[in-house]
Amino acid sequence: MTERTTPAAATAPGAPVGPTAGAGKPLSPELERIARAQAEWVARTPARSKVERDDLFETISGDKVKALYTPTVLAGFDYERDLGFPGEYPYTRGIRQSGYRGRLWTMRQFAGFGSAADTNQRFHYLLAHGQDGLSTAFDVPTLMGFDSDDPRSLGEVGVCGVAMDSIVDMDTLFKGIDLTKVTTSMTINGPAAIVWGLFLANAERQGVALEKLGGTLQNDAFKEFIAQKCWCFPPRPAVRLVVDSVEFATQHMPKWNSISISGYHIREAGSTAAQELAFTLKDGFTYVEECIKRGLDVDTFAPRLSFFFNAHLDFFEEIAKYRAARRIWARHMRDVYKARKPESWLMRFHTQTAGCSLTAQQPENNIVRTAIEGLAGVLGGTQSLHTNSMDETLALPSDKAVKIALRTQQILAYEMGLTNTVDPLAGSYYVESLTNRIEQQAEELFKEIDAQGGTIEAIEKGWFQREIHQASYRYQLEVERKERIIVGVNDFVESDEQIDIPILQIDPQVEKDQVAALKKMRESRDNDLTKRRLAALTEAAGDTSKNLMPPIIAAAAAYATEGEIRNAMRVHFGDYHEPAEF
Amino acid sequence: MDQKIRVLVGKPGLDGHDRGAKVVAAAFRDAGFEVIYTGLHQTPEQVVEAAIQEDVDVVALSILSGAHMTLFPAIQDLLVAKGATHMLLTGGGIMTAQDIDTLSKRGIGKLFGPGSPTTDAIAYIKEWCAAHPRA
Repeated sequence: MTERTTPAAATAPGAPVGPTAGAGKPLSPELERIARAQAEWVARTPARSKVERDDLFETISGDKVKALYTPTVLAGFDYERDLGFPGEYPYTRGIRQSGYRGRLWTMRQFAGFGSAADTNQRFHYLLAHGQDGLSTAFDVPTLMGFDSDDPRSLGEVGVCGVAMDSIVDMDTLFKGIDLTKVTTSMTINGPAAIVWGLFLANAERQGVALEKLGGTLQNDAFKEFIAQKCWCFPPRPAVRLVVDSVEFATQHMPKWNSISISGYHIREAGSTAAQELAFTLKDGFTYVEECIKRGLDVDTFAPRLSFFFNAHLDFFEEIAKYRAARRIWARHMRDVYKARKPESWLMRFHTQTAGCSLTAQQPENNIVRTAIEGLAGVLGGTQSLHTNSMDETLALPSDKAVKIALRTQQILAYEMGLTNTVDPLAGSYYVESLTNRIEQQAEELFKEIDAQGGTIEAIEKGWFQREIHQASYRYQLEVERKERIIVGVNDFVESDEQIDIPILQIDPQVEKDQVAALKKMRESRDNDLTKRRLAALTEAAGDTSKNLMPPIIAAAAAYATEGEIRNAMRVHFGDYHEPAEF
Repeated sequence: MDQKIRVLVGKPGLDGHDRGAKVVAAAFRDAGFEVIYTGLHQTPEQVVEAAIQEDVDVVALSILSGAHMTLFPAIQDLLVAKGATHMLLTGGGIMTAQDIDTLSKRGIGKLFGPGSPTTDAIAYIKEWCAAHPRA
């Protein structure tokens, strides 16, 4: 792939890299003619106040939408500069030259519950029904870095994900699955380096060469502080661990995605689409800066960064968000961070439909919501997709609900003609205008974050958290005032509704068994070796020149548990407490 | 009622989903309640200690991690043990109808599932406080 020479290539280093088209540009004679004709059309049609319904006419993020979009909204639009061709800078139309004609998106359903053996069974079920890749959901104690027998884990073990304490659980989780053939995504962030360490130690024990492993570690510490709130250490040591794992992957694991920079949870926490986009990209830029500070060449690690976005209800806004995301990332990577390889400019991303858009009322309706959200992801050019199950506001999904969700993707992929052509919505006046607008909003939000002192300081000040809370509260009030209709919730309600779908229940016995197995494991391992390895890790944690991945893997190989590994580093890193505000 | 209703909005357990708790806390505040928000990752002991220290009328818990069958009873038992039986224990989150029924039989107040308007919770708390005036 060669670099395209476009007018945007002339952007000066560090110069404002705002939206590339849109308002403020003089109209061409042709556009002036259209604008005049449009004004005449408006004059001869009834006033909008007379004919329009009483509705917000806003995107779900609260942006006003015009009644009509015409070429005049794209004044200054330059096809080659703003869109270009698929697989080439600025990647607005997608990162692959052939779109989905070459390769479909990966159907990757997130799964995890109960014990490692329970989840292993679900993995085999999903693979047997045509799923391509695995994605692991861990329980909350694992997400926070606690062992199953920690008093704080009581009642949470295996409940909303799989319980993971040691290399033993990791072995069970992937039993019968060839890790060199199936890629694995692990949704773990605060203690990502630890759980990855368990995964790598297990792979090494099985004789799998690390460079053959393909997969994704979510490993996005920032978004935990901003939105998901499952942290392990305070922001600054958390960033060190992220950079350690990026460095380790860069040196040893060329097929591994070292961070999945995630907007999904930011959106689920109540942000707008523009906030999701801007906060996520800014997190990404900050990781890039931190890795460069470590001395890594941007082109050695940037190609292995990937992204993860939400697919919410506002169909066009979501598509615009994905297209804008690619364009912004490409421009910053090339012009600000001076990446030279096109692989460093292109944004690969996973999409998950919006859990927060699902309703507990009339849950079957969620199949429809999810299908259309998934469609937005596909039309936005996602590389992989998780479609939610209809029952997720009630419990973890049942086998049947998961299968319908997977079938939804297969219908999108094979029945609807969506994959015949690349980026089919390009050139839509509305979609291109929304793409420009959301890009401009993101650039403005980048400046606000910088004004807060950057990502880490904005986290420490609670700025992101407040911005998201305000957006979510505004949305809630709109719903309660019925300015926004949610079918089955504030309109079309069935007051005598009986929920009639099977619910997956986690047996409390899972926790007891897990705790007992952990106790047995602690008794049977070589405790001297475990202690020595943990002590070595503690020592390395106190020395900022050391990459912590090798001592973490060594401790994991000696059957140290997640909580023990956490505690070994906690001596130096401490704990994090978020100021409680609302 | 002259005195403001005092509500502790609590996030017990390791669950990080705080969107609902913060929205509800803001709605309670706007409804004129005095709101104390515990913040995330509280143990049952911490929640109960805060409730007693703040002398609240209502303890409203938000639990979306599935640990409600452990945490609601644990907090209820601690409130009883500390003699704080005059407080209403209520809450919301992701719970099946069957679980809500079990907790209700245990004497826990109304529990609000996804999609519940904040106005329902506000009305419920006002009614409960009117029916249970402070001595």
